[in-house]
This record gives sequence, C-alpha cells and structure tokens, in this order.
Amino acid sequence: MQIRLNVNGVPYETDDVWEGESLLYVLRERLGLWGSKNACEQGECGSCSVLLDGELVCSCLVAAGQAHGRQVVTVEGLGDDGRMSAVQEAFVAAGAVQCGFCTPGLVVATEDLLRHNPAPSDLEIREALAGNLCRCTGYEKVLDAVRAAAGMGR
Amino acid sequence: MSTLTGQTREPAAPGARTGNGIGDDARRPDGTQKVAGRFAFSSDLWADGMVWGATVRSPHPRARLISVDPSEALRIAGVYCVLTHEDVPGQKTFGLEVADQPVLAMGEVRYQGEAVALVAADSPETARRAVAAVRVEYQPLVPVVDPMKAMLPTAEKVHPSGNIVRHFKLRSGDPLAEAPVVVSGEYEVGMQDQAFLGPESGLAVPADDGGVDLQVATQWLHVDRRQVAAALGLPEDKVRLALAGVGGAFGAREDVSLQIHLCLLALRTGRPVKMVYSREESFFGHVHRHPARLRYVHGAGRDGRLVFVKAEMVFDGGAYMSSTRAVIGNAGTLGVGPYVVPNVSVDAYGLYTNNPPCGAMRGFGAVQACFAYEAQMDRLAEELGMHPVELRSLNAMAQGSLMPTGQVVDSPAPVADLLRRVWQAPLPPPLPAVAGVATEGLLPGGMANTTHGEGVVRGTGYAVGFKNVGFSEGYDDYTTVRVSLAAGPDGPVATVQSAACELGQGLVTVETQVVRSELGLSDVVLETADTRVGSAGSSSASRQTYMTAGALREACARLRAGLLARAAARLGVPEPDLSWAHGEVLGPERAVLGLSELLEAGPLEETVEWRHRPTQDVDPETGQGDAHVQYCFAAHRAVVDVDTELGLVKVVQIDTAQDVGKAINPGAVIGQIHGGTTQGLGLALMEEIQIDAGRVRNPSFTDYLIPTILDVPPMRVQVLELADPHAPYGLRGVGEAPTISSTPAIVAAVRAATGRRLARVPLRPQDIVGLDEAGAEGGPSR
Repeated sequence: MQIRLNVNGVPYETDDVWEGESLLYVLRERLGLWGSKNACEQGECGSCSVLLDGELVCSCLVAAGQAHGRQVVTVEGLGDDGRMSAVQEAFVAAGAVQCGFCTPGLVVATEDLLRHNPAPSDLEIREALAGNLCRCTGYEKVLDAVRAAAGMGR
Repeated sequence: MSTLTGQTREPAAPGARTGNGIGDDARRPDGTQKVAGRFAFSSDLWADGMVWGATVRSPHPRARLISVDPSEALRIAGVYCVLTHEDVPGQKTFGLEVADQPVLAMGEVRYQGEAVALVAADSPETARRAVAAVRVEYQPLVPVVDPMKAMLPTAEKVHPSGNIVRHFKLRSGDPLAEAPVVVSGEYEVGMQDQAFLGPESGLAVPADDGGVDLQVATQWLHVDRRQVAAALGLPEDKVRLALAGVGGAFGAREDVSLQIHLCLLALRTGRPVKMVYSREESFFGHVHRHPARLRYVHGAGRDGRLVFVKAEMVFDGGAYMSSTRAVIGNAGTLGVGPYVVPNVSVDAYGLYTNNPPCGAMRGFGAVQACFAYEAQMDRLAEELGMHPVELRSLNAMAQGSLMPTGQVVDSPAPVADLLRRVWQAPLPPPLPAVAGVATEGLLPGGMANTTHGEGVVRGTGYAVGFKNVGFSEGYDDYTTVRVSLAAGPDGPVATVQSAACELGQGLVTVETQVVRSELGLSDVVLETADTRVGSAGSSSASRQTYMTAGALREACARLRAGLLARAAARLGVPEPDLSWAHGEVLGPERAVLGLSELLEAGPLEETVEWRHRPTQDVDPETGQGDAHVQYCFAAHRAVVDVDTELGLVKVVQIDTAQDVGKAINPGAVIGQIHGGTTQGLGLALMEEIQIDAGRVRNPSFTDYLIPTILDVPPMRVQVLELADPHAPYGLRGVGEAPTISSTPAIVAAVRAATGRRLARVPLRPQDIVGLDEAGAEGGPSR
C-alpha cells in the first residue's frame, strides 16, 4: 500500500508498504530517520517515542497505515534551524546522556510533558517518563535535565 | 581528598563555561549528536545493495540435531541463502576463553536459542519468513538443568570434558579454626540480564581482497576479530572491525553474538549484510549474569572479630564457557568481602548445564558473593547485638591488610570510612505516623494506590562491597593507543587512534580530557575505534579508563619529549635547560616556543602499548597469589518502605559512598554510580530471567522488568578521591563497584522492615509476605 505522511514538516510518500509494518519501521528503514530507536518494539521502553498529530505515542505500536495523512514529529524535528531545543540542551548539560539509546525517546517525552505542564513536580516528571526505560543513568540526571529545561521555560 | 555530592550538584547551566581537562565536568563529545537523534548506533547502519540476515534458533534446551532442510526457505522470493555449520569454512567453534561453542549448531544443541542456521533476504520480513520456513529436525533430549545435580560425578555430561568448568579453591589460615559465635546461611541469586537498550546489530561488507569489513557494537574489537577470522579461515588482517554506536553493554557484548554470522553471510552473498536482533532474540543472543547458590559459615569472637569464613558457591554457567572461569576466580578471591579474615576456606564452582550461557555482567562474580557475605555480616551483627556498620567497620580491610589470597592491599582501602559516610548521611523524613495522610505515589505500589499506609513499615540496610579492577590472575592485559600531533589551521590538533570501545560510560570524554591536559591544547580528534591499531583490551572489568588514560598519558609524554628535542635543536640549548608548561616549551632567557611553532617541522606520532602492573596466577590448591591489580570499593545505605500485606517494596532513598582514586570526570563518575546502583536495585527487587526446564519464560521487557524512573529513589553520592599510587592519576575503576553493594543494602533494609531472612534475589512478593518459605527463609536454617 501507499502511505503519505508529514514528518517534521516534510511531506513523504512511500510505496509498497507491507500491512504489518509499523510507523517506526517506515521512519527508520524507508525514510532514513534513524533517531527513533528500536529497543523493544512492543511499547515497553519508549525509545521510539514520537508525536503523532501532537500526541505522544510509541511509533512501534502504530501501524504504518494509521499514520497515513497525519503529522509526525520525531526527535530530528525538535529544535530550530539546526539548533538544539532547550530540552535537548538540558540533557547534554546535565549529563543525562550516556549510551544515548533511550535519549531520543526521553527527549520527545519530555517535550510533550513540558508542553502540557511547564512546571512539573518531581512526581509528575517521574509519572510522565515512566514509559521510557533507561539502563545507564539511573534517571537521576534525567530528572536534573527535565527540571533544568522546565526552569528555562523549556 | 575531596567529596562530591551528586544530589546537590546543580546541573551546569547551558552555555556555562566548563573546563575540559582532567578533573573537569567536560561534556561528552557525542552528546549533541545523541540528543538530536543523529548518532549512528549499530542498528542504524545502511549500505547500498544491503540484505538482511536472520538466525534460526533451537526451540529445545537440549536436542540431537538430525537435519536442516533449507529447500522451502530457498524457494521464497528474495531469499539469498541459508547457511548451516557445513558452510563455516574455518574453525567451527568459537569462545572468549575456550572455543567450545559451535558457530552454528553441530550434532547437539545445548541451550534454547542456540543458533542453528542463518538466512539472508531482501528485507527483515522476508528474512523472518525464511527463518520460519527452514525445516530443522531435532530429537529432544532431557536437559541438564539443576546445577547441584550437574556437579555430581554421576550427572550426564553437557560437554565431553565434564560439567565442572572450574573449581576454585582458597585455603588460608587454620582449616579447623573455631569461634564462639557462628552463623550460617544459604543464599541464591537469580539470573540477571544486562538488558542494554540497543539490540545486537551490525553491518558486514565483503571486501575486494577477499576479506570483510565489519561494523558492530562490541566491547572488545580485537577479541571479536580473532574469533571471526578463525571461523572464516582468514588471516586477521583480512578481517577489519570498526566500532558502531553502542547502546549500552554491561558485559553482554564481550562475547561474540552475530559477528561471525554477519561475516559468513556477507562473504556468501557478496553483499553488505545487516542484522538486528529483536528484543526477544537479544535475550537468547547474549550471555547473562550467572545465577548462583552460596552457602556460608561465619565464625566470630564475642567482640565481633571474624575468626573464620567458609564458603561454597555454585555458579551455573549454562551451555558454553564464555568467561565462567574468570567469574569464578573473582567470586572465589573476593568471596569473603572487604574484611580481614584470618582463616578462610572457599570452594567456588562454575558449571556447564543446558541453561542459557552466562558470562560477563557488571560486577562479574563479585555481585553474587557480596549478596551472601553481606547477609551473613548482618546475621552476625544481630547475633552479637552490634550495629551492622559497627561490626563491618571492626573487620574492615584497610591499606596494608592481607587478602585471603595472601596479597597485600597496597593502596587506600577506605572501607570503614565509606560505611561511616553512608551511616551518617541525612535520613529521609519518616513514614507518616498516621495511615491515610497524603502520600500519593510515594508508598509501595506507587501510583496504583494499593495502600493508604496500613501494613507499611520502614527499614534501613547497609552493605559494602569491592571488586578487582582490570584483568587478573596473570592475564597479559594491555592497551594500545596512537596519538599524533599536527599543526591545524586553528592551532595544534591531537588525533587519537584507539580500539577502545565507548559503550556509554564516557570513555570518549576521558580520552579528550587526558590529551588536553597532557598536551595543553584544546583540539582533540577521536578517530572511530577500529582494528587499524593494536588491541585496547576489553571495555570491561572497570578497566578502560584506567588503561586508556595510562596509555594516553605515556603517549603524550613521548610526544612532549619529541617536542622538547625539536625545541632544543631550534634554540641550540641542551634539553635539560628546557621545560614544558601548558602547551609551550620554556627555554632559558624566557624564550618560549609554542606547539604550533614546534610542529612547523611536521607532525609527530607515538604509538604506545601500555600495561598495568603484572598479576599472578593463583595456586590451584590454595588460591594464594597476587591475583589482582587494584580494587574498587563502594558502600550503600538503603531506606525502604515495605507493604507487608502485598509484598511490595518502595525504595525511599539510597546513599552511596565510593572511592574513585581520582575523578577524571566527576559528573560521569556520578552518572556511573547512579546507573550501577540502579542495576543493583533491579537485581534486588525485580530482575530475573526465569528458566523452566531450560526454557526462558520471560524474554521481553513486558516480562523481564528493569527499573523505571518510578522505581528509583533519590540517590545521594559521596565520592572519595584517595589516590592509588600505582594507577595513572591515582584513579580507580568506577563502573562496577556501585552495582555490587546496592543489592544487599536494599535486601538488608527489607529484612529490617519485615524481620524475614530473605535469602534469595530478586525478592518476590511471596517471599516478602512469607508465602514461599524457601525464598523467605533461605532453606534449612543454621
């Protein structure tokens, strides 16, 4: 089947999509947008988090066909004109990045959190990021990064 | 000595000027790419004309392999080939220490998930269908799955050599020593998975010279190359490896997984081949932490001084050897903990079974032993009516102490100080005295709101642990680096070539910091880690910062010597009249020559193969010998709330104190301590690969749980920097120590809260509420 979707403001059209393909597969293997990650592909780890029409989703759980005609924002679409977003900057500055495999998902989920709640409490941060597994950091510096991003008004 | 407190360190404000030499919180050179999604991990590789590889795996933990019929798979459009062991041109087995594992199964499969055949196809979906279409006939055999039975001489053999991979014996002091106070216990540690997030993946490209170029996520490029070249029947120079972006490792990438398979497929198809394991396949595709059963008897005087420790440990190594021998060496030599014990008897066994193969995971043999010996120290304290920290401090090793191996601890060993620090750290606010006050999300059960405080009790626990840094027992452990220095348009540039693997721990940052400090310049380029230079050894055993910093320091010193020689010639003065300061050569009469001037004559380059001080093999009968290079120490205090009705645990706070010798990058050190502590929390409370008759029951992140941000408490960290005079910059390896003692500290806290013995990790709700007597009570008492 043919899928048309808009990713990070760019319209894409892709042919011969198999019905079983996920949005994650289309992003990575068909569009070459490798930023969304493939750690579990069953919605447990959040590494593939994207915004679908502004809603935070695991792109591994979205069938490619469901994304037809919709707007997708991936980690590559954050920030302006090649400059990092405040959330991205805060993750680097706080040392919240080690191996970095979970980082794109955490960054997208944090952007989503701060859009809805610009000044979250620690418990609200923890609740919002509970769907994003990180194996390296123990999350302490992730919390630092989110607090810092919120403090900067993102 | 300085103390860094992680919790109170403010994150650096964006744009804040940070230093970037040794001791500074330099930023990761790859951080910007990683937050932007532009960093290429091994699963993000792509090449023109690329095809996809996939693996046919045994569903049986043990079976005779009767036949493999590829014909149906080969009829699928888009399938390029199906390979079996008959297609392995060189050595048909591989292994980290001993080549005991078939590249593709031959004769008998020995664990569920063993690789039997490979396919290459034009898409992942075609490859998946082809895997399903390969007809493999097995004759299932009864698997050997109980390690206690596998030890017996009558047991059926998993390998012809027998089931005992290693029996480590340690004997020191008087074997018949007696003591007035004796406690004994049996303990069990479940099988933990490293659960890195970036799945096994890589890309192999056939080369015009008949060789192959492989990009892969690994911990040790050269040990991979040795095994790949042997299996392909190629000289090593025709097998070139480069490190692809690594999504965490924690030991699981020290063994070969898909490296050989990728290269076989690439050479067969003549095309670039990519493989990416799914999460489920990843659980079968790498080794795990050895599950262990440990029996300890501790004897002490009435004053609390340890008189003897006797230990018997059985580690299940699963179907193939991997690094079991070294794991057993660690468990055995470190088995009484960081304590002075005059009379010691340890027997540690590593076994073959038909369970999943086990090998390296952060803590490597020290984790299992620490869980048991720290539980014993708490029982001894209880028996003596002493505070657990008092008892530990009384027996703590210090600089100058003797290990049970006879080795002198010849650098700082601040065991008592670390314990005192976590003991005296501020405690969290107490549990609300009245059930039902607002505690949303803060009690056991969290947001599920399973209690309003009734049945919830608090406990506090302590533990201290230690581990060797670097490869031990006489291993020739070295690291190679090449540093070149050249004039660039914006000043001098140092370029580092190394095969050392960045896994997320921050080695790349450390490399830039060392070179900046040593050469007094700002521009450091790190080339991709690959096999064009000699081996860097493994990024494991908490060794790579130690080793690579040592090698870089030496290379930079030689470069400075070369620069001084140039300066001497240019100024016409003898070298001794010159000195080096901050990237310049100072001569007599205030003559100064900058790096750029000295590099006008051309670039300089130095290649260094650097070794830590040698270690010794231990005596096979007594375990005596100077087996280790260095130790790392950490202590934890855990505060937990336990719902005694539902068996749920909420960790309220963890305090860690660790000596790192010298923090090359303080922020990264604290990040390692947070992450390591959290993996220990996972082993304490949730992480276990569950095996039933040799079969893995939970190969997914739905069923194998790792800590989320809701499971981890605030973590306060105190870092000591007591220089090790034998180590570069005085540093100690950092990565493993925090994983070792956090597990026993948390379990001690749960014991304190519930009064139960809790002799098995991970703790299960049924153990905590007392439904499972074995888990709760630890087998036969006393």
